[in-house]
Formats: sequence, C-alpha cells, structure tokens
Amino acid sequence: MANLTDTVHEQDVLIEELGYDDHFHEHHHGDKYQSSFISKYIFSQDHKIIAKQFLITGIFWAVIGSAMSVIFRMQLGFPEESMAWLKPLLGKWITVDDAGMGTLNPEFYYALVTMHGTIIVFFVLTAGLSGTFSNMLIPLQVGARDMASPFLNMLSYWFFFLASVVMFFSLFLNTGPFSGGWVAYPPLSALPEASSGSKAGMTLWTASLVFFVVSVLLGGINYITTVLNLRTKGMSMWRLPLTIWAFFVTAIIALLSFPVLVSAFFLLMFDRGLGTSFYLSEIFIGGQALDHVGGSPILYQHLFWFLGHPEVYIIILPAMGLVSEVLSVQSRKPIFGYKAMVLSILAIAFLSFIVWAHHMFMSGVNPFISNIFVIFTLIIAVPSAVKVFNWIATLYKGNVRLNSPALFAIGFVSMFISGGLTGIFLGNSAIDIQLHDTYFVVAHFHIVMGVAAFFGMFAGIYHWFPKFYGRFMNETLGKIHFWGTLIGAYIIFWPMHYLGMVGIPRRYYSFDTFDAFRDFDGMNKFITIGAIVVFAVQLIFVLNFFYSIWKGRKQTTRNPWGSTTLDWTTPIRPGHGNWPGKIPSVHRWAYDYGKDGKEFISQITPLEEGEKDGGH
Amino acid sequence: MSAETAVGHDVAHESESQLWEGGKSPFRSSYGKIMMWYFLLSDAFTFAGFLISYGALRFSMETWPVPDFVFSTFPFMGTASAPLLFVSFMTFVLLFSSYTMIRAVQEGKRENKSGVIKWMIYTIIGGATFLGCQAWEWTTLIAKEHMSVTVNPFGTHLASGVYLDDEHGHVYNAGEEAETFQAGHSYLIHKEGGEWIQRRYQITEGPDAGMVKQLEFGPKAFGALFFFITGFHGFHVFSGVIFLLIIALNVASGLYVKRKNGYEMVEKIGLYWHFVDLVWVFVFLVFYLL
Repeated sequence: MANLTDTVHEQDVLIEELGYDDHFHEHHHGDKYQSSFISKYIFSQDHKIIAKQFLITGIFWAVIGSAMSVIFRMQLGFPEESMAWLKPLLGKWITVDDAGMGTLNPEFYYALVTMHGTIIVFFVLTAGLSGTFSNMLIPLQVGARDMASPFLNMLSYWFFFLASVVMFFSLFLNTGPFSGGWVAYPPLSALPEASSGSKAGMTLWTASLVFFVVSVLLGGINYITTVLNLRTKGMSMWRLPLTIWAFFVTAIIALLSFPVLVSAFFLLMFDRGLGTSFYLSEIFIGGQALDHVGGSPILYQHLFWFLGHPEVYIIILPAMGLVSEVLSVQSRKPIFGYKAMVLSILAIAFLSFIVWAHHMFMSGVNPFISNIFVIFTLIIAVPSAVKVFNWIATLYKGNVRLNSPALFAIGFVSMFISGGLTGIFLGNSAIDIQLHDTYFVVAHFHIVMGVAAFFGMFAGIYHWFPKFYGRFMNETLGKIHFWGTLIGAYIIFWPMHYLGMVGIPRRYYSFDTFDAFRDFDGMNKFITIGAIVVFAVQLIFVLNFFYSIWKGRKQTTRNPWGSTTLDWTTPIRPGHGNWPGKIPSVHRWAYDYGKDGKEFISQITPLEEGEKDGGH
Repeated sequence: MSAETAVGHDVAHESESQLWEGGKSPFRSSYGKIMMWYFLLSDAFTFAGFLISYGALRFSMETWPVPDFVFSTFPFMGTASAPLLFVSFMTFVLLFSSYTMIRAVQEGKRENKSGVIKWMIYTIIGGATFLGCQAWEWTTLIAKEHMSVTVNPFGTHLASGVYLDDEHGHVYNAGEEAETFQAGHSYLIHKEGGEWIQRRYQITEGPDAGMVKQLEFGPKAFGALFFFITGFHGFHVFSGVIFLLIIALNVASGLYVKRKNGYEMVEKIGLYWHFVDLVWVFVFLVFYLL
C-alpha cells in the first residue's frame, strides 16, 4: 500500500508537469453545475451523476424485470399451486376460486413474459449497462472534463426516464401491459382488437420505446464525439483502454441500428392508428375479414431485427470491454492481444449488421437467403472466439486477485463460452427447424447475452464502485453473490437446453394438456427453484450496493486496484471537471502491467529513454 | 501572401500525422459539427428504413400507379395534363434553397452579418415555398382525387378492354362509341356525391377476353407510403425552416458575433438543410421518377 501512495504522489507531480492546462477552472462553472441541489443531483449535466442516474434506474428496472420472471417461472414450475398470495400485488390478474385456489391470468402471463424481455433488454442491459459505464468511464478514461455536450447528455437520461415512466405506467393499465412478445410482431401488435395487451398497453409500449431510442441516440452521438474529439494529448486511438473501444463501437452500432427500429415503429403506429396496411394482409378476426390487404408482416421482422441483432452486440460489447479491463487489472497482466481485441470488436460490429435474418429462418424467408445469413452468423463466431482466447490467455499465469470483480469477469467468460457454443447450433438454418422457438433458444440467449452481460455489468460495478461512490462494496457478500449467480444461472438455463431439444416451445402458459411435454414438470420445478434462489441472491447484491454507498469501506488510496488508466488519477471523489488542476497527458498504452519489474506503469508516466510503447 | 500559405501548409502537414494522437479533433472540426454529422447519419438510416419498406412493398405488388399519370396536375391549369411539372418546380425550389444556404454559410465565414441574414431569408423562403407546394399537392390528391392512407384510386389496367359505362356511371347507349384502353394504361376511380364510380369494362384480349369486370382500386400501400414518406420528409423541412428562423434571429441579434466562432451554428443548420435536400432527391427518385 505504501508503494501505491508514493505512486499517487508521483502522479500529481506528473499531471502538474506534463499535463495540459485548458484553463478549465478559471471559468466560473459553479452556478451552472454545482450550486443547487436540483442542478447538482437531479438535472445534472455532470457525466458522473448522469452515470449514477442510469445505474440506479437500471437497478430499479432489473428488480422489476427479474421479479416478473420469478412470477411466470412459478406458473411454469408449479402450475397446480395456488397463487392467491400474490393477489395483493397483482390484483385482478389473479383469479381466486371458491376453494381459495388462485390462478394467474394467462393473458397477464404473456404480458409478464413480454415486459420481462423488454425491460431487461432495453432498460437494464442497454441503458443500465452502456448508459452507466459509457457515461462514467469515457470522459474519465480518455482524459476529458466531461462529455462533448453535457446538456444533450442530461437530455439523454431524461428521455430514458420519460420512457421508464411511460412503460411503468403501462403496467397498471386496466387492459394490462403489452403482451405480444418483446419483438412486437404484427399482426398481434398492429391490431388493438387482437388481444387485451394490444390495446393501450401496446400504444404506451411503442411510445416508451420511441422515447428510449431518442435517449440512446442522444447518448450515442455524445459518446462517439467525445471519444473522437476530446481525447487528451497523447491518447491516440491505439492507446485507448478496451472499455473505451467497446463503448465507442457500441455507440456507433446503436446509432446506425436504432433509427431503423424507429422506422419500423412509425409504420406500426400508422397501421394501429390510421388504418394503413404496411404490415397487415388478409387477416380474419372473429370470422370477419379485415380491410387490410397488401402488407407484409415479414417486412416488420426485417426492420425489427435489423436493430434486434445489432442490439445483442450493443448489450454484450460494453460487457466485453469492462471484462477485458477488469481481467487485465485484476490479473496484473497486460491484456493479451490488444490489437486483436480491437479488431475483433470492429469485426463483430461489422458482422452484426449482416446476420439479422437468422432470427427469421422459420418466418418464410427464402431458404437461399437463409444460407447467406448462416454463413455470416457462423463467421461471427471467429472474432468472438478470438476474444475468448485472449481473455483466457490474459488470465494464464497471472497473479489473479480472486475478488468479486475478477470473479464476475471470469464468470462472464464462462457464460460467454457456454452460450456462444449453442449459438453455433442455432445459426444453422437446418437445425433451427427443430430448435426454433423452443427453450433451447431461451437458454442460448439468456446465457450468452442475458447472464453474460449481467456478469460483465457486475464486474464493472464491483470494480468501479470506488470510482462511483468513494467506497468499496462488501467483499463477502460479493462472493456469495457471485457463486450464487454462477451456479444458479447454470441450474436455470442448463436444463432448458434439454427441454428445447425435445421440442418444448417457449412462451407457453402451461404444458399440462400436452402429453409430450407433461413429463418434464420435474425439470420445470427444478428450474423454477433455481430462479427463485438466483433472484434472492440478486437482492443481496442490491442491499450490498445501497448499503455500501453510505456505509461501505472507505476508499483511502486514489488507485486501489493499481490500475494504469486515467480514471484512477483523479481525486477519490472527483468534482466537476474530474481533475482539480491540469488534464493529464498520456504517454503510453493502457496495459503496462509487470513491465520492467514494475507492478504497473500509469498511462501518464512518460516513456523511458529508448523504451517502446506496448500494444503496437 | 505566399509566405503565409507556405507556413499554413507546413502546419497542416505536420499536424496531419498527429491528428489522431489526442488533444485535437481528428477531423479538424468542432464537436458540434461532428454531432450534427452523426445525427444525420442516424437520420439517414431512418429514411433508409422507410425507403426500403417502400421498395419491399412496391415490388410485392402486381401493379403500381404510374407517376406520370398520378402527378400530372398543376395549379391554375385545371384538368390539363402536366406530368411531373409541378414536382419539378418544387424540387428546383428546394435544391436552389441549398444554394442560398451555401451562400449564407459563406457569408458567415466572411463574418458578414447582413449577408448571412439575407441568404438565410432566401433559404427560409425556399423552404416555405416547398412546404406550400407540398400542401397544394396533398390537397389536390386528398380533396380532388380522393387518395388517402387507406384508399388509392389510382390503378393500372392489366389487359386491354372496352368500357361499358362512362365516368359518371352512365351506361353507354347502343351505337355510342365506347372508350377503349390498352394493358398498362392508368385510370383514376372518380368519386361523385360520396360514391365511388367503379366503371365496368369488358376485356377484349388475352385469356380472360369477354369477361366483364369493374375497376379495382390500386395498391393501398401507394397512398399510405406516399403520405407517410413525403410527410416525414416534409416534417423535416418544416423543422428546418423553424430552426433556420431561430438561427436567423440569433444572427440578427449579434449572438454569434459575441461567440466568435465564425457563425458555426449557421454551418450546422446548413448541414441539416443539405441533408434534407439530399433525402428529397431519393424521395423524388422513388415516388416520381421510377
């Protein structure tokens, strides 16, 4: 520790001597950013506060989204048990008969499934993950005072907030929230008369997601511009930490794919509200032919998945970035194959745009078109495997500190391998005939982009918690959280592969009436118990998180992990502008660990005479 | 002069290699302009989504209304046919407003306030004229020709034939010369007294010769897509005019002189304006030319 304190002192001298004076503190910022409670904590334009706002809103949604999954898992695992005890929470969606037996309304079951997907995919793993860490780390790690446009950054959060309010409100509608699946395929989503959730629930769902896209775009434009324009002196692109590369590329993907989702939604709104037939053709409701002709539901699927597939990389890339950084720092080794890591991020980003139709193999797309998408889908496994190899090689022979961030980062790699392998099965259009829309798919994407992304997020939260709040999270609770989640997640999703292989379809309310599927109720019970345990373990995390904000162990040194990046050169609680004096300048890449007998060399330390910069 | 250029050239040459080294903008432009570029990139993808939907729906249809037939009206010309004349005028006005926008930006670089205001006002007039034209075009289509997002009265004949009644629904008398048509001819279903007049006709050629049919409405998607896409574009023009007005007022108030950034705001709205014009070129292409 003494060693670390010395380093910190040296760092201050380095920043003062070599840093860049942008005269930031000569201007009077106080009134605009910090003066009142409202401008400091609520309508804040400081990226660190906005990051916390994203994170805490994300946690709020994560609790709701996963609680929903527990309720529908109970329906699947224990369909014969009474749910009357949930009546106070769910009200009319639980019907209690004379014997006191409470049953979950099937329509609401679909609403729960739909909302679970929407909430976790968009609000937790997009806004809560990329929103939080892009905001927090981009200015701190590239050496900027704040985002390029702090005002648009603030708007980005408040559009997300607005989207959250609208979506939350829809949960309490008399007709229930939207229930047609998170992908919102027409005709179910386009015809209000199609189901009770397709009425006001769908209207609010669409409105909420349009606000959400505005939020993503405002955020994304900011992230890209900040990374391009606001890097400090010496911070060339090849010296960026992999976190920043990941956030940067994620923002580019989001910027190019989310607008197409908006196109899809606007056309959908016209179909819903104005009687057009973009997605509708030859539909009968209640024996009556509707007036809609000439539209194509497949068109919606193409537009949706043009976002939908890049979206899974929007979710996983930030997690990959966080994991790369955490693994390197916590195993005290340079990241293995820095350039390969960057190039594989770029390759994944490019390929993510030309694989979308693998979600539609069974939708009636031309089988020859499917072949092309199969090929690209399988190719995307190559850069993914490069990354996995590099993470493992980074760990190999490292002095790994097995603390919570490192454990979650390793857990991420485990989950990414398990889920990635089943992706290769599903990417084949022929095998997809058997596996599509079964629990095999559910297991695949939950492990690879749900659980894995959560692991990356947890690794990031445990690792950067001191940066957020100047305190540490409890390590014992963190380890309980890790082992509970790792084992629990495999307990939930491993058996689902078997359910899928025997053909059990997803999104079904009950399997009682199917001879073929009834036999698997034991497995369903097992999964449900796993889900309840994992949910309970997540509550430990939430408690730990909020307890540690106020009561956690205090951070006493500036750079507790011994990290090379700029974020740990600020004061323990950085004020507005991040560095009290000059902005540090950068002289080397981000991964000088164990070089020349030194444990780590900060990016602000100049290269020695004749020393070569790493990573090139 | 030449010495200055040489120095300027040297600086540019030296910094070229260091542009990406941090501490400066790699594209030599401010964060605001870069953000505008990225916004426009995302907006381009929204329009691309619409235009691709247009293509997908159009090419799944058996027929599609012929633009020369649909867009053949011109103000004060009554029923005379003037294919694409009006829309050509609209397009010219909009593209010309791009030129006036360039002039406004140029005057901004010269720090000539009154010049900026003058050329911005021309641009605003151009944008407003375009919107006015679009309003007239929509009004004609909706009120006179009765096209809506759900009904498209513009159709195309698939086979040659002869009409059995006229445009007011009166059956031709014996001896009267009946109107004939060829495959590929366009028709418009008229509305009289709130009733659609779907003329009856007899097919004279091909395997269905002799069959009596009545005019069918054209593909619904045509009207829906037309109003949707030109409307979405028109909304962009409308927003652009509003922003141009606000920025012109700011120019007049001397705000940008105070900021000393060479009227960058004018340049940013200029980028947006050119983008909107560029999108129109594509909309014009798919709806009016193809």
